[in-house]
Amino acid sequence: MMHSLNKHVRMLTAGAALSLLLVAGAPAFAETPADTLVEGWAIDDIITMDPGEAFELSTAEVTANTYSYLVRLDLNDTSKVVGDLAESWTVSDDGLTYTFKLKPGLKFASGNPVTAEDVAYSFERVVKLDKSPAFILTQFGLTGENITEKAKAVDEGTFVFTVDKAYAPSFVLNCLTATVGSVVDKKLVLEHVKAVTPSDEYKYDNDFGNEWLKTGYAGSGAFKMREWRANEVVVMERNDNYYGEKAPLARVIYRHMKESSGQRLALEAGDIDVARNLEPGDFDAVSKNADLATTNAPKGTVYYFSLNQKNQNLAKPEVAEAFKYLVDYDAIGSTLIKGIGEVHQTFLPKGVLGELDENPYKLDVAKAKELLAKAGLADGFSVTMDVRNTQPITGVAESIQQTLAQANIKMEIIPGDGKQTLTKYRARTHDIYIGQWGQDYFDPNSNAETFTVNPDNSDEGKVKTLAWRNTWDVPKEWTDESKAALLEKDAAKRAEMYKDLQKKVLANSPFVIIFQQTEVAGYRGNLKGFKLGPSFDTNYVFNVSKE
Amino acid sequence: MTLPETTQLAGRRRARANGWAGNALRFLVIIVTTYLGLLAVTFFIGRVIPIDPVLAILGDRAPAHVVERTRELLGFNKPLYQQFYIYVRDALTGNFGTSVLTTNPVMTDIRRVFPATLELATFGTIIGSLIGVPLGVLAAVKRGSIADQIVRVIGLVGYSVPIFWLALLSLLLFYARLKWVAFPGRIDIVYEYSFTPVTGLYLIDSAWQGQWDVFRDVFRHIILPASLLGYFSLAYISRMTRSFMLNELAQEYIVAARAKGLSESRIIWAHALRNAAVPLVTVIALSYAGLLEGSVLTETVFAWPGLGLYITNSLQNADMNAVLGGTIVIGSVFIAINILSDLLYRTLDPRTRAR
Repeated sequence: MMHSLNKHVRMLTAGAALSLLLVAGAPAFAETPADTLVEGWAIDDIITMDPGEAFELSTAEVTANTYSYLVRLDLNDTSKVVGDLAESWTVSDDGLTYTFKLKPGLKFASGNPVTAEDVAYSFERVVKLDKSPAFILTQFGLTGENITEKAKAVDEGTFVFTVDKAYAPSFVLNCLTATVGSVVDKKLVLEHVKAVTPSDEYKYDNDFGNEWLKTGYAGSGAFKMREWRANEVVVMERNDNYYGEKAPLARVIYRHMKESSGQRLALEAGDIDVARNLEPGDFDAVSKNADLATTNAPKGTVYYFSLNQKNQNLAKPEVAEAFKYLVDYDAIGSTLIKGIGEVHQTFLPKGVLGELDENPYKLDVAKAKELLAKAGLADGFSVTMDVRNTQPITGVAESIQQTLAQANIKMEIIPGDGKQTLTKYRARTHDIYIGQWGQDYFDPNSNAETFTVNPDNSDEGKVKTLAWRNTWDVPKEWTDESKAALLEKDAAKRAEMYKDLQKKVLANSPFVIIFQQTEVAGYRGNLKGFKLGPSFDTNYVFNVSKE
Repeated sequence: MTLPETTQLAGRRRARANGWAGNALRFLVIIVTTYLGLLAVTFFIGRVIPIDPVLAILGDRAPAHVVERTRELLGFNKPLYQQFYIYVRDALTGNFGTSVLTTNPVMTDIRRVFPATLELATFGTIIGSLIGVPLGVLAAVKRGSIADQIVRVIGLVGYSVPIFWLALLSLLLFYARLKWVAFPGRIDIVYEYSFTPVTGLYLIDSAWQGQWDVFRDVFRHIILPASLLGYFSLAYISRMTRSFMLNELAQEYIVAARAKGLSESRIIWAHALRNAAVPLVTVIALSYAGLLEGSVLTETVFAWPGLGLYITNSLQNADMNAVLGGTIVIGSVFIAINILSDLLYRTLDPRTRAR
């Protein structure tokens, strides 16, 4: 018995050793090709590649690298714009008509010429499809009926855009730097349109190429989008028809990797060139590695928690103020969000016109207790907070739970998946919600509107801003001021108005803004020119090269 | 004298035919009830989870009127029974609809992600059974010895250590330190565009096409996650093998075989294991089916684009078309494996085919 078993065990061991040899015998191959940039990145938010439909952060980066717009954000001064396809533009004296002259000799990746006709078609399809990001254009008074009049080609190289009010030109131009302003190749898209039976909801007889563009590409950017496989990969290739300087790298591959530690390992081994979702611990380790480098950039996303005014206790202004004193900003800043965020208490993120760098609140339990006593809640109260299961949100929520307890406020954390907490938030059935808000487009109005405008506070309200979601009846003068700032032609005056609004919201609102997100990335030392931009649609890769 | 014999024969034939018909009917009933159950359960889970599916499709920033229009377009404003009717009707005609997350028809998606999981699970199960069964036999034969204890500890660790943690540690060791294996995904990006998969099982495809460098790369990618999954099924398989073997070794026929003077190895491998194999097939089949559902954590850590990740992602986003499609596939796999193991019984155990 012993004998025979040993024989089997011997055979088994031999087999195991053999298979190990087979594995170990393969050479250690770990370097990405010299002409290819490989990024490890969680890209599971991508649901479409159509620039007229996409509104996700990962898609924004791909679109920004593969499509051209009329104008782009000036990375040297993000309160200004520079021409992309447009060589120059003028605004009429009444502030209603914008005339853009296109650069000569422009071509799409397909080889078709870029004309004002393409620009007009791009605007038309966005407005008529009316998908999530369309409001960035339709807020200028565009509708399916008037779009061909309001956005039209005068000649091959001249595009005229008419808005309904004399908006601040900075506002109009900033909105055109959003990815929804991408110019698509009309001729190419028309080859792929699908017939649709018009209905009450959708009055047009074709889909403007929406179905094809979900995975297709019709742009003129520095790269072409070659392929997107959901939760797997996005492949971009150099566009040799690009009008500007040609990208040094032939190919950029975004590989879906969800996990921070996995990204770190692959980066250290050289299987990816850039790791995009590093958590503080891994980021720290990468920054200490001599073969690797790190970079970061503040993004236009603020993290906040908000108090639903439907809750009797939370509706008291003293309570709202007390909450602002019951956050340990210093501790959160130095541990939980170290490297990935900066304490920031105003609603406009740094880098945007009108930003206000004031952080007056500190943890002050005595002061908070005083305020609570004034509100008749000296003994505290119980309340819930909906928290999505993701860092750093969970950690910050736990920190707040502890500091609130010091003032006898018993806060219960209700954990949930992101979509779940959001569903509750949008239905206004939360007590406290903690989350983040990213700008829809790079202009102060994007955040000012959501934090200070709420025309109808009833449950049926149509304008569902963050103020509405928290049932906050914004003082009418504030809403008016926010709307007036949109029409202020003088950029300096406009900035002042936003500063004033931020001070008001800081002092008296159900929003407790805690920090601004910093995006970080770790990359291989042989990369040159890798930078993160001030927004998700300015993370350009067309300047990156390898040594 | 001959007459009764022929009637006997005919009777036996009829019985066999009845047996086959009965079996077929039994399978049919299993299939129909399983599918109906699956449909109902996925539908109601999809409706009770507190996630607004429209929100999942459009994201947080969509304006209110777009949300309303989409809700109507997808029929979410209709009464529940009507939604269920549409759901069942579409599923019966094989129309699983389009995944809102990936914008592909669900079947296209599954055809893409399922082979990845199939390859991983098959490899994992092979590893698990090839090592687990001998280990279990060893533990049973040397019951109470050091070897038995070691196998027990191996099994216990397999049960209790979180796979997520083990996966990261093994990556650290075999990938980062020793550089024996490759990561992430199924194949190196160098081959991503020179290699065209046919079946989606990369090992088979690359071997078939004679691209041995690709084969080696794919092997280096799959070996670690497959070994991990193998280890987890090994833990279960070795424990079960041990108890089946102990059961068999205590039987009288073993005593008889020993009395006949058969060698121990023949008694263990040819007699005891042969009899233990019947329940063991069920154990291995179940563990295989479990792996085929897709191991979400393993797939997450290894950036493996498989079924588990696909379904979890879809469920979290209330992408019910995709969840339904995935569930049907898993249900079908379970049924198929059940039938297969049933058929395997017949070859392994002569008693089940004696009629």
